[in-house]
Amino acid sequence: MTEQTYAPGTYPDLPPPSDTVGPVHWLKANLFSSPVNSIVTLVAIYLLYLALPSAFNWLLIDATYVGETRKDCAPGGACMAFIGERFNLFVYGFYPAELRWRVNLAAILLVVAGAAVLWDKMPARKHIMKFAMIYPLIGAWLLSGGLFGLEYVGTHLFGGLMLTLTIGVTGIVFSLPLGILLALGRQSKLPIIKYFCIGFIEFIRGVPLITLLFVASTMLSYFLPPGTTFDLLLRVLIMVTLFASAYMAEVIRGGLQALPKGQLEAANSLGLNYSQAMRLIILPQALKISIPGIVNTFIGLYKDSTLVIVIGLLDPLGIGRASVADSAWLGLSTEVYLFVAVFFFISCFGMARYSLYLENKLNTGHKR
Amino acid sequence: MSEAQSNSTTEKCIEIRNMNKWYGDFHVLKNINLEVCKGEKIVICGPSGSGKSTMIRCINRLEEHQQGDIIVDGTELTNDLKNIDAVRREVGMVFQHFNLFPHLTVLENCTLAPIWVRKTPKAEAEATAMEFLERVKIPEQANKYPGQLSGGQQQRVAIARSLCMRPNIMLFDEPTSALDPEMIKEVLDTMVSLAEEGITMLCVTHEMGFAKKVADRVIFMDQGEIIESNNPHDFFDNPQHDRTKLFLSQILGH
Repeated sequence: MTEQTYAPGTYPDLPPPSDTVGPVHWLKANLFSSPVNSIVTLVAIYLLYLALPSAFNWLLIDATYVGETRKDCAPGGACMAFIGERFNLFVYGFYPAELRWRVNLAAILLVVAGAAVLWDKMPARKHIMKFAMIYPLIGAWLLSGGLFGLEYVGTHLFGGLMLTLTIGVTGIVFSLPLGILLALGRQSKLPIIKYFCIGFIEFIRGVPLITLLFVASTMLSYFLPPGTTFDLLLRVLIMVTLFASAYMAEVIRGGLQALPKGQLEAANSLGLNYSQAMRLIILPQALKISIPGIVNTFIGLYKDSTLVIVIGLLDPLGIGRASVADSAWLGLSTEVYLFVAVFFFISCFGMARYSLYLENKLNTGHKR
Repeated sequence: MSEAQSNSTTEKCIEIRNMNKWYGDFHVLKNINLEVCKGEKIVICGPSGSGKSTMIRCINRLEEHQQGDIIVDGTELTNDLKNIDAVRREVGMVFQHFNLFPHLTVLENCTLAPIWVRKTPKAEAEATAMEFLERVKIPEQANKYPGQLSGGQQQRVAIARSLCMRPNIMLFDEPTSALDPEMIKEVLDTMVSLAEEGITMLCVTHEMGFAKKVADRVIFMDQGEIIESNNPHDFFDNPQHDRTKLFLSQILGH
């Protein structure tokens, strides 16, 4: 660069030096910034070269996607025909085929309600929010029926993806408010509330979910009055919700503690009462801070729903395990577990991306 | 409001009688007696740890006292939540660290309490808020978030936010201590103009220029006690106690 002088105030906006922008700079900065980094990059490229082509062949080139029996599948390739064959089982479990429209309708309504809750630019959001508030009741009614002319479907017939969604959505919807109450209760000045919340949280956190599920499936009947019938899935939903809410409470407590004390003092000094201060000032900020932890708990809850296999309910993983044992379609565990893994990954990755979007949207630039 | 204006200027606004406070075993406030008349401007100074902030925070019960009486606008501060909320509605407070609500815009910060506590209609609350934001000379920042403003601007928003509740008493807890020198002036100017309008003010501050200019009384506190209380002229020119003299020589000496 030649030295040039400018009168004050006339200095032009110059482009950045050419070696700090562009693809070559990116490669240099990210892949070959040091000798060690360069070696790691080359080794990674070699490993990808070894793994990718054969995986690609197996999954796409040599794979069989359409077929009726095991014999239709080409050897050496993925036998995805099996997944297609069992697709309805993976989605609906053992839900009666002629009633599957109810599951479909519940799913469509879930998308509508979910969109209103998650997306603040949704048209007519205010009205749909009211619908979203009562959606849990509508969804439960559509799925299990037994009221207002809908045929009853026992929850032992629930399975597959719809079971995962039922458990996941119920757990997520109810564990968040419950977790908030537990977190606030834990900070209460009233000893009864405080120690109840602490006891509850520590007990639930100290016991594995699988134990709680066994309790739900067997032991509850000892505690309940004889003759009470209490739907198995409902017990599972309650246990999963309680389990997630204990973790949720601790995540939110972290958010509450991260707020400066001055926020509550300012709210109080303006005359806001406790519930106003919490609702308008403290929780919006604490929940925002807690978003990564909250979504983390959601993802954990969603994946933990596979544990219902131990009490005889079949989620996609359970159905996959049962399918692998089918003597007509032997040796397909890779395909089945890959399918289940992809299904869970898509759902969980979606939640993670949404959490990032929400964090960016709520960032009002006070992080300085 | 009109009731307040018709009252005589000698009416007692705040009465603190034999008030004591402990943090655990530590006796932070010792036998405090203080009467503040309507419209009076009081500046409280003293070394750090002397209990100044704690004392004014007792007035709107951000801190609890354990002994003695505090009567604000005729309401005695007890554990009764109704009394506390009633007092807090009429007492504004400005904090050292502003304590604006970072998730709300400047305008929302100012309208929140009037809407939820006073049940003012939103449009009216916004009009009032804009009026006060103009008074503190930052109406153009109304739709920004606090994190986008400078410290001095944030503190002026905090003052406007308190004023929007139309309080009878304003408490200032070291309002300029967290500010850069050039921002201190803009906040002090706002406070001076507020003082000229006749609102009752209690101000914990180290800004002795401000004290000389607006205070009716200057109170010096040390180790939890009120050592000296006098009009600014006598306080600065003729301090009575050795500790006051030492303190003044330290803060005015440079």
